[in-house]
Amino acid sequence: MELDLEPFAGPFDLLLALVLRDALDLGEVPVADVCLAYLAEIDAAGEIDLESASEFLVLVATLLELKIRLLLTPELVEELPDAQEAAEELAARLAEYARVQAAARWLEERLAATGPRLFREGPPALRPPRPILDDTATGDPADLAAALALVMERAREEAEPIRMLRRRIPLLRLLDHVRRVVRTRGSCTFDEAVAGLDRGEQAAAFWAVLDLIRAGEVRARQTEPFGPIRMRAAGHAAHDRERGAAA
Amino acid sequence: MTDQDTRVVEALLFLASEPLDERALAEAAGLGEADVEEAIEELLERHAPGASGVVLERVAQGWALRAADEAALACARLLDRLAQRPLSRAALETLAVVAYAGPVSRPEIARIRGVAADNPVQSLLERGLIEEAGRSDRPGQPLLYRTTTRFERVFSLEEGRHSLPRIEELGEDLPSADEVRSRLEAMAVQEAVSIEEPGPAAESA
Repeated sequence: MELDLEPFAGPFDLLLALVLRDALDLGEVPVADVCLAYLAEIDAAGEIDLESASEFLVLVATLLELKIRLLLTPELVEELPDAQEAAEELAARLAEYARVQAAARWLEERLAATGPRLFREGPPALRPPRPILDDTATGDPADLAAALALVMERAREEAEPIRMLRRRIPLLRLLDHVRRVVRTRGSCTFDEAVAGLDRGEQAAAFWAVLDLIRAGEVRARQTEPFGPIRMRAAGHAAHDRERGAAA
Repeated sequence: MTDQDTRVVEALLFLASEPLDERALAEAAGLGEADVEEAIEELLERHAPGASGVVLERVAQGWALRAADEAALACARLLDRLAQRPLSRAALETLAVVAYAGPVSRPEIARIRGVAADNPVQSLLERGLIEEAGRSDRPGQPLLYRTTTRFERVFSLEEGRHSLPRIEELGEDLPSADEVRSRLEAMAVQEAVSIEEPGPAAESA
């Protein structure tokens, strides 16, 4: 089937044509064929024009909704949630659009009736543009050069690269540190374990905790967001006893 | 009012690139508004269509000179305007929305027309028929658009937007929301009946 949406200025235009002119039996519009034809067109074009594709989507969705209404009995349509409201909204928007079309027709006829209008155009002659330099400026080219030098100087300062030292954080040492603290104390909070470390090292220590959990060496609990993280050695005797009692 | 006053007003209109109202003319010419009105009466005769290649017209709530219709083609050649394509339907509809509902934002135009308005808005901006008019205070603060004086001159609207016909005057056959609704429902009922009908027939067969 051939698909030509060009003559229509949009889905509202098409719908209005359908509703007001009765030109087409809506029940007979094969929406699936329309979709397939459109997909074939996209395939042939090789690329998707997003704008027209989204217009098409709106159009097909509206067609489908109308078709669904046609297929249901009026009683069933009444039972559709929000069907009344949706139908009212659609009708109001179509009626509004019909007015826009009428106004557009009037403009078009007006333009055709008056013919081309040609007149002087440009900045308002009676109000000259405001001068760029104010009266206090001397207009001396040297001032301009000085101003430019200032700007260039500032630009050079801003372009100065910032040196950042690459920090080396000894991950393995932190892994050992966390492991040792947890083993010796049996249980402690994360904050206690990383006391005295700087931010970078704390972050690495957190990675270390995760890695120890993964390895099964440490268990950790946090009962609430941002609350203390309690850790204990997984192989610890007290913990083993608990597990034994539970089993 | 002297002949000289008339010539001064004529010169002002010749120089101006926008329609001037009586007050602006009076101010610049150093005349009373009554004198300006008399001068305009005189100039309307002197610059009537058929009498002069430059026509004085009432437009956009002011007075302005334009090329006479018979000179339009030659002037268009001079200004290289011939290549300009006529306004598309989408552009005309968008222009109608901005003229009647403006200042209005792009999303609002799209809602009314049921289709994205980016291309027609761009085309109308390029033609100088609409212009930006600040931002909406709606979410996203979209730009607002309104029609320009150029629009009023191109469409020969004597009193600007006030010269647009009222929407109700545009056509007697414009459907109301209720009518559109009942047409929609009539279609639905009609179709539902025709779909139901074969049902019993199939059962009996």
